Amino acid sequence: METEFTPFASLGGGAVIGLAAVLLMAFHGRIFGATGILSGILSPAGIWDWSWRAAVLAGMVSGPLAYLAVTGGMPDIAVPVSTPMLVIGGFVVGIGVTFGSGCTSGHGVCGNARLSPRSIAATLTFMLTTGVTVYLVRHVFGA
Amino acid sequence: MRLISAYLIGLIFGIGISISGMANPAKVLNFFDVAGAWDPSLMFVMGGALAVTFAGYRLVLRRPAPLIERSFQIPAGRSIDLRLIGGSAVFGVGWGIAGFCPGGALPALGTGRSEVLIFTAAMIAGIFAAKGLLRMARPKEPPLEGATRA
Repeated sequence: METEFTPFASLGGGAVIGLAAVLLMAFHGRIFGATGILSGILSPAGIWDWSWRAAVLAGMVSGPLAYLAVTGGMPDIAVPVSTPMLVIGGFVVGIGVTFGSGCTSGHGVCGNARLSPRSIAATLTFMLTTGVTVYLVRHVFGA
Repeated sequence: MRLISAYLIGLIFGIGISISGMANPAKVLNFFDVAGAWDPSLMFVMGGALAVTFAGYRLVLRRPAPLIERSFQIPAGRSIDLRLIGGSAVFGVGWGIAGFCPGGALPALGTGRSEVLIFTAAMIAGIFAAKGLLRMARPKEPPLEGATRA
């Protein structure tokens, strides 16, 4: 499935993601990591800690609705993957980000921005295995 | 005040994800499919996010404390160990299979699409499974006071 190359929307969207990361650090002193925020909601360490995470998550989920209000359409989501693969992939992602203590937002954006050696190593690792996985799925085992 | 700011910051993140294409598995998978239908857009997402965060963190972290909370909670771990590398490698495999990562999928829940719900439910199951494994691996260790996860 071909997708349209969107350099300007992607650069602008990326800058807005970065803005959110900077604001969370400036106001709350926290890394904007989707993994850490979700983990903290699932295993609460007290209502005070839980509540800001739940508020961030509520905001994140409202993002597409704000996008809808401004553009008149939901963000494009095309899933070229079967349901069993979504389930397997989701389960594997959950295990990986818990052991690896982060994902594309926590390590990939926030950790790399503060030049954390752990995050740089983590990012290089998952970019590599993602690339290899996509190659294997699409060009070796796939259609 | 604290919850309103957290909500608004989450909203900004969700808007950024919506604009960028990061919530769209077709674009994510095509970014990695250099040998096929390559779409380099996600490089621009990473570039934009990193440039703003790199500059912004340098301004913000000069302050003695954040504006609302008492202190900055920055991961202190420095060791590049098997758990970090193995976990990240496994995450990449899952990301390559499904095309969603946590930061892309959580905002995408707002679209109400069943695929996002299915992925997220499976991801939550994976998080609980991993936490269970970690608990079994070190059952006697007392919880550290005020410890932050790396």
